[in-house]
Amino acid sequence: MADGLSSLNSFQLDVLREIGNIGAGNAATALAKMLDKKIDMKVPQIRIMHFNEVSEVLGGAEIQVVGILLGVMGDISGSILFILDESSSQLLVNILMGNPQNAQLTYDEMTCSALKEIGNILAGSYLSALSTLTNLKIMPNVPDLAIDMAGAILSVPAIEFAKNSDTVLYIENEFTDGLDSVIGDLFLIPDDLSYSRLLHALGVE
Amino acid sequence: MVELIKVGMADLKVAQHPSVLTTLGLGSCIGIALYDCKNKTIGMAHIMLPSSQIALAQTNRAKFADTGILDLVAEMKKLGSDVRNLVAKIAGGAQMFAFTSNNESMKIGQRNAEATRAILIDLGIPLIAEDTGGNCGRTIEFSSENGMLMVKTIGLGVKYI
Repeated sequence: MADGLSSLNSFQLDVLREIGNIGAGNAATALAKMLDKKIDMKVPQIRIMHFNEVSEVLGGAEIQVVGILLGVMGDISGSILFILDESSSQLLVNILMGNPQNAQLTYDEMTCSALKEIGNILAGSYLSALSTLTNLKIMPNVPDLAIDMAGAILSVPAIEFAKNSDTVLYIENEFTDGLDSVIGDLFLIPDDLSYSRLLHALGVE
Repeated sequence: MVELIKVGMADLKVAQHPSVLTTLGLGSCIGIALYDCKNKTIGMAHIMLPSSQIALAQTNRAKFADTGILDLVAEMKKLGSDVRNLVAKIAGGAQMFAFTSNNESMKIGQRNAEATRAILIDLGIPLIAEDTGGNCGRTIEFSSENGMLMVKTIGLGVKYI
């Protein structure tokens, strides 16, 4: 990330987009298995945006969202953050737990554990896509959960990016079972050294 | 109706009385509010990192506690404030995720708060109130009327410091 994200060329962005694509494909398959439903995905959007815009992407800095953070270990280090808006997390948890689809979520231990598991599976899908493409060993750590203002949760990846740049890279995913759709945002946050190692492994340095 | 001025992430703003400055959804970042007791000028910065020394790119000075606070004071001087009349209040610096591994960078909220306090001491600006740490997001609103800082969280409601 030495030169900042804004210096990424279109080829490098294409590679990141492809990782997003394959990762989302894996995630959709994992979701379909977990929920025992047919799940389609839209082509993920890769965006690089300025800090000022970041908290607006989820509908405002004060909106309550669910964030699942996993540490990343192996040949690269860093973290991966998955963010779900409230209606998406409600839908996923209710399907997973066999509740009526419109049941209001209470964030008890059971729900939190289900959300962590969802984050684990989705983030794991991305990491395995990344791992396959780069031939690097990449493993997720134990997931951690926060339910709070979007701006506050997004400050976690934003601060990591802020060390070297004024922009943030994120991947927006949309999954649908035909009726309802789940929108999730994914932030891959490699540590300083890991970023160049990643690009190098992808042959786009 | 008094104008409500938004301060974004890695941003700083100053305003003359009467006005209200706000920044939304502070997590590990620090929101610093400066108040001029004499002319009621207010200033606010949304700081992301403790020091400009640790970053490779230093394009945006408002992002760091050291450069951000200096610039904020400079902007207030332009509006006729004297640094001797300034007092400070800070909020934020939370740790949003417990994060089981011993990752130093996850304690950034605490480090942001410490750096901010140290710089205020250097500048001789008294820190008269703070609401920092914990693990919740905060929205703050700062009024030029009385220098009260409203701190709003999802779980704990609204309080004034």
